[in-house]
Amino acid sequence: MTERNDNTPDSPADPTRRRAMNCLAAWSGAAVVWTMVGGVPRALGATNSGKLAPASQNAFTFVQISDTHIGFHKEANPDVVGSLRRATADINSLAHRPALVLHTGDVSHLSKPEEFGQAKELLQEIHVDRVHTVPGEHDALDDGLAGYLKGFDHDGKNRAWYSFDQGGVHFIGLSNVLNFKMGTMTSLGDEQIAWLKQDLTRISHSTPIVMLAHIPMWTVYAQWGWGTADADQALTLLRPYGSVTVLNGHIHQVLQKVEGNIALHTAMSLAYPLPTPGQEGIGEPGPVKVPAGELGKLIGTRQLSVVRGKHELALVDTPIDHT
Amino acid sequence: MTTSSNYNARAHGGLTGLLTFLLATLSRIAGAVETPSIETPSIETPSIEIRKFAFAPKEITVAPGTKVIWTNRDETPHTISAADKTFLSKAMDTDDRYEYTFDGEGDFSYFCTLHPFMTGIVHVRK
Repeated sequence: MTERNDNTPDSPADPTRRRAMNCLAAWSGAAVVWTMVGGVPRALGATNSGKLAPASQNAFTFVQISDTHIGFHKEANPDVVGSLRRATADINSLAHRPALVLHTGDVSHLSKPEEFGQAKELLQEIHVDRVHTVPGEHDALDDGLAGYLKGFDHDGKNRAWYSFDQGGVHFIGLSNVLNFKMGTMTSLGDEQIAWLKQDLTRISHSTPIVMLAHIPMWTVYAQWGWGTADADQALTLLRPYGSVTVLNGHIHQVLQKVEGNIALHTAMSLAYPLPTPGQEGIGEPGPVKVPAGELGKLIGTRQLSVVRGKHELALVDTPIDHT
Repeated sequence: MTTSSNYNARAHGGLTGLLTFLLATLSRIAGAVETPSIETPSIETPSIEIRKFAFAPKEITVAPGTKVIWTNRDETPHTISAADKTFLSKAMDTDDRYEYTFDGEGDFSYFCTLHPFMTGIVHVRK
């Protein structure tokens, strides 16, 4: 009854925690910039130094951020606003100004109006023309997406999925946070998949596609619900395309999977780390507490670029602690 | 009549919660070894804790008319939703509580709508 979280900080003698941190460290420290080269997002270069790799002057670049959890104030990160501001400073200082920012969900922590309001104000501090978001399950509490859509209805259609074209890329935002069924993973739902099919009818197969959804669009770890049950229905529609990049959040760590022309990537959070899938000694996907000096190495942003002539985007993941 | 409510338990203090939990646990232990009487009046309020993305206990048996209380001890919000949606809590932040009174007999499966791998069941038996 009185037992609390085992992962208390400042207990370096705890081998479980030490293992956890070592595993987490393996995910961090790499900076990857996405570049659309000739239609495919491509990593400009992963650097262990954490320095941002410069994007080509001709590249169309954009930034992915994720899981800001505005409203979270517990031990794993008592200052999520400060973390987002540090990320904003990094983005604003990029030598090659990104065209847009994509936020892959969990904008807020508890879907409260004041959290959405504060998030919206903070995101306006990023010097880009537009910030596009997709909702996370933390943005869909209690009233579904009603609160989220008051601030983040991107095309005025009062729904959380949309598409737009920019820089020669077709961007698609999806919502996979409203169809949770007992004992299974989440799903997109038939209505959204029908919409996607219709949306793609006007897009040539040579057009690079960048798709956003909060929860991974492949089964990372079913036991923790880290996957989307009907993702294959959506990915099947994308298989004819030469360049498809799927950007996800939710699991607060960088993972990737490549299936033919489809590359799927999850991103770091800007709030707190989560354990690696099924991590030994940690039985649940709750916030991992690390010493204050470690947090900035485990949360961060991702820059992506499109480079003409290549079919993969370039990407660089950058923790907020870098030199 | 069936009632349910969400409320925050922080103001109630940890000691009360501890006593409630111990009493409920003792009652359950006692109940497990007693021969069931024909009609047991509901005098306890079973308490289910949400900890480390799991319901504890995951399975309980109560008499009709029993109020069950769930308390979230995680740093992550959770919900309580009947499999058939007959009851549904709001999102519960840390130490938030939700209660629901089970009137009729039956087996009531429930889950967290945010983490549907978290499941539990309440058996209601006379």
